[in-house]
Amino acid sequence: MFEGIEELRKKLDSGKLKVKDLAQQAVDASKKVNSKCNAFVTIIDKPKIKENKKSILSGIPYSAKDLFSTKGILTTGSSNALKDYIPFFDATVISRLKKSGAVLTSKSACDEFGLGGTGTTCHTGIVRNPYDENREAGGSSAGSAVAVASGVVPFALGTDTGDSVRKPASFCGIVGYKPTYGLIPRYGVLPFASSLDHVGVFTRSVKDAAIVVDSIKGPDSKDMTALPKTDDLTPLLDGNVEGKRLFYIKEICDIRSYDNPSDELKKSIKLFNEIIEKAKKLGMQVIPESIDQKLLNAIQPTYQVISCAEATSNLSMYTGIIYGPRGNGSNINEMVKDYRAHGFSSLIKRRLVIGSYVLQKENQERYYLNACRVRQMIIDKFNELFTQYDGFITLASGGGAPLFDGKTEVLSNEAVLENHLAIGNFGGFPSITIPAGFINNLPIGINITGKVQDDVNVLNIAYALEKDIKFKGGLHE
Amino acid sequence: MSKYEVVIGLEIHAAVLSNTKVFSPSKNSYSDVPNENINEIDLSFPGIMPSLNKEAVRKALKMSMVLGCVQPDELMFDRKNYYYPDLPKGFQITQVTKPVGINGKVELYVDNHDFTVNIHDIHLEEDTASMDHYDYYTLIDYNRAGTPLVEIVTEPCIHSGEEAVAFLEFLANSLRYCNVSDADMKKGHLRCDVNINLKNENGEFITPRVEIKNVGSISYVLDAVNYEVARQIKAYETGIEELVQETRRFDEATKTTIRMRTKEDAVDYKYFVEPNIPRIKIDKSWLKEIRKEIPSLPNERLKRYIKEYSLSESEAKTLVKDFELSNYYEECIKIGINPKVAFNWLSTNIIGYLNKEFMTIRDFYITPNYLKFIVDKINSGEISSKQGKELFNYCLEEKEEPSILMKKHNLKQMDNSNELEGIIDNILKNNLKLIEDYHNGKTNLFGFFIGEVMKQTKGKANPVIAKQILTDKLK
Repeated sequence: MFEGIEELRKKLDSGKLKVKDLAQQAVDASKKVNSKCNAFVTIIDKPKIKENKKSILSGIPYSAKDLFSTKGILTTGSSNALKDYIPFFDATVISRLKKSGAVLTSKSACDEFGLGGTGTTCHTGIVRNPYDENREAGGSSAGSAVAVASGVVPFALGTDTGDSVRKPASFCGIVGYKPTYGLIPRYGVLPFASSLDHVGVFTRSVKDAAIVVDSIKGPDSKDMTALPKTDDLTPLLDGNVEGKRLFYIKEICDIRSYDNPSDELKKSIKLFNEIIEKAKKLGMQVIPESIDQKLLNAIQPTYQVISCAEATSNLSMYTGIIYGPRGNGSNINEMVKDYRAHGFSSLIKRRLVIGSYVLQKENQERYYLNACRVRQMIIDKFNELFTQYDGFITLASGGGAPLFDGKTEVLSNEAVLENHLAIGNFGGFPSITIPAGFINNLPIGINITGKVQDDVNVLNIAYALEKDIKFKGGLHE
Repeated sequence: MSKYEVVIGLEIHAAVLSNTKVFSPSKNSYSDVPNENINEIDLSFPGIMPSLNKEAVRKALKMSMVLGCVQPDELMFDRKNYYYPDLPKGFQITQVTKPVGINGKVELYVDNHDFTVNIHDIHLEEDTASMDHYDYYTLIDYNRAGTPLVEIVTEPCIHSGEEAVAFLEFLANSLRYCNVSDADMKKGHLRCDVNINLKNENGEFITPRVEIKNVGSISYVLDAVNYEVARQIKAYETGIEELVQETRRFDEATKTTIRMRTKEDAVDYKYFVEPNIPRIKIDKSWLKEIRKEIPSLPNERLKRYIKEYSLSESEAKTLVKDFELSNYYEECIKIGINPKVAFNWLSTNIIGYLNKEFMTIRDFYITPNYLKFIVDKINSGEISSKQGKELFNYCLEEKEEPSILMKKHNLKQMDNSNELEGIIDNILKNNLKLIEDYHNGKTNLFGFFIGEVMKQTKGKANPVIAKQILTDKLK
């Protein structure tokens, strides 16, 4: 199904489509896509249906990344460490969707515990891009992106710590939206790095993203970082962007900043420039800004240090004692060691070692605390820019989804382009990726980021651009 | 001993009273049933997040004020990362960056001298699960996991076991006065780590710091300090034992300290700011409100009782250690009972009665006002002290106001001079030989005559008037 949420709503309400049949369609499609793309950890054969006539999401099927705790349903974090774990409570967003009558039809695969950007470290195997099975879907929310791009479900839940919703959205040609930090509660979501972790959504239109976020946002007594009640976003989407001011970063999106740009990058930037022209036609001003290259180069290491440090601590709860398969050993230390040695993939272990190293007393000042300072410098820089601009527009990636063999050597400032979406996580800024077009038959997205709690503005800019770009997400058969 | 200066720092954990745990809505109460007061947060299931208990914060801030600390402008928490089976998250949420209190100061009094304890900080944190170790296995009970604790860390500024005990008594009493903790060491509400080392006459440290973990009672703290000081002196002077920075435990049976681990095994806790609890501004008016709830504190009371009410240190301690009893005493003084008289009533009559009846002063029938009535009647001579005691007992037996019972039991001294004169004349008439002896120098017979008067009046004669008449008659 490639219909949007409103269209499906109409069909369900008019009786043309039955909730049960729609759920069954989603289950069947999940199985079909899974055989190709390996997108799911769990496909729920007989999804629970409990309608709520008052909600627009009633009867709408969806997929959730396997980091969301689902009561009575396997929740693995895509890790062997939790391969048989069945939670006895729902994540707040899952229980909100349950109340609204949405139908969970699958749990999608992701990089192990969300630590990764390729979708290749899931315990169930690599996730493949629906446009080209030899390519990544992006990560970490790989399976959710595939589910929406392949028309399995109209929306899916993901999480975004560095770009884990917005990057796969770019590679899969769909909308990936990570609202302001705290807008959507995180209780019950398996953590990666709590100060950077966001719940995000995948849809095939900006409006659908607003609809889904409206039904899961809001304060939560179980999450102290959750924001107080805010106005619904959907009613405020009017596409009126006349006079809005956007900036882009010359060092990232100006081809002259690159010494020896690849063909793909040239095409990407050309596409970006076309979109800027369209934005101008819509009445927006788009102005290049310059940011110290050193600060831009610091984004990736800053992200690495902070995310690994927090991950080391957050993943300490996995000991295999209370839950998870018990490790072998003659005492508790040996048991924990055995469990973690076998449960975690080598990629995770590497990150945990880095995290532990940067937090050590003798290293903390030099690495962790300096990273926190640089993070603040980056936030300050963007907040300063946001006093003059409504949004920051950028490419969501330097090109289409990479091949699995990963031969493409990335140049240093191209590396900035591949990692700069983490700015949105540093500052908790609302950030959305929408499809921009195709390069070498692969989708690529652009990203709009705005100031904290200015989600309406960010969505409206995306909404206006989306209309004009005339390419809506979804893999059309 | 005088060659060395003992330097002691204390780290005390106090279990905070609250309805729910500090970061989870589970009940915070002792249960005999293991793993009864738990939820997914206490067991640290994937995806859980902390939600801070305001009542625990309020109480921690209150103790911060009691200890004369500076309160922060905002609340912040940190993670202390380490693996132990009693710590399900793999980290403890505590406070390092901005504790609820820093730089405090408490003025205390012990053995006729004033001394000051400087407080490094007080912070709010979560407790661990409790474990029972058996030969081949260990049982873990998560009821205690996540219950609120305040940890109080003093500067190394305490110079004797007696001072350490005085501070601990003050702390335990204050915790109870402010309803922050039951502070019963035997029940584990209060756990104390003692850091000790020695300085020479030039003020230089001559022994490395030794930490004695989890000393189980206030009197054991004294024992532990005494043993450890003697051990360090002996080791320093004789060199028979190597002194290293280490952690030891106190063995209650032998009253000695035993090595647990040395500095090399110290854990790096990799502290960092807890990202799941946003910084929360502390409202000044809230602090003011909390400060208002603090009663006059045990150290202030102790000193006042000794200096102003002339009680001995041990008498004063008897009152101060029980908040309600001390409040009763203060009320007695406020309404005008002489402090010494009030103490005597409490120590000779009231405390004994309460202990016998397993009662607290809160349920005691005789209010300070009733007690004042009795004391006033004795002072004015309307009743004798013996009758006063009788009236006190009638009150307790009949649960009736003393003014009514005094009439009912006809408790009243005979102070009619004519009547008394008749009785005295009669006594003297029957004891002419003794009068002669009296005049010949046996003046202690005066007491005999008074005794006779009391006997014949069944104790009701006003002794002052009776003495006056007798003196006149025997001239």
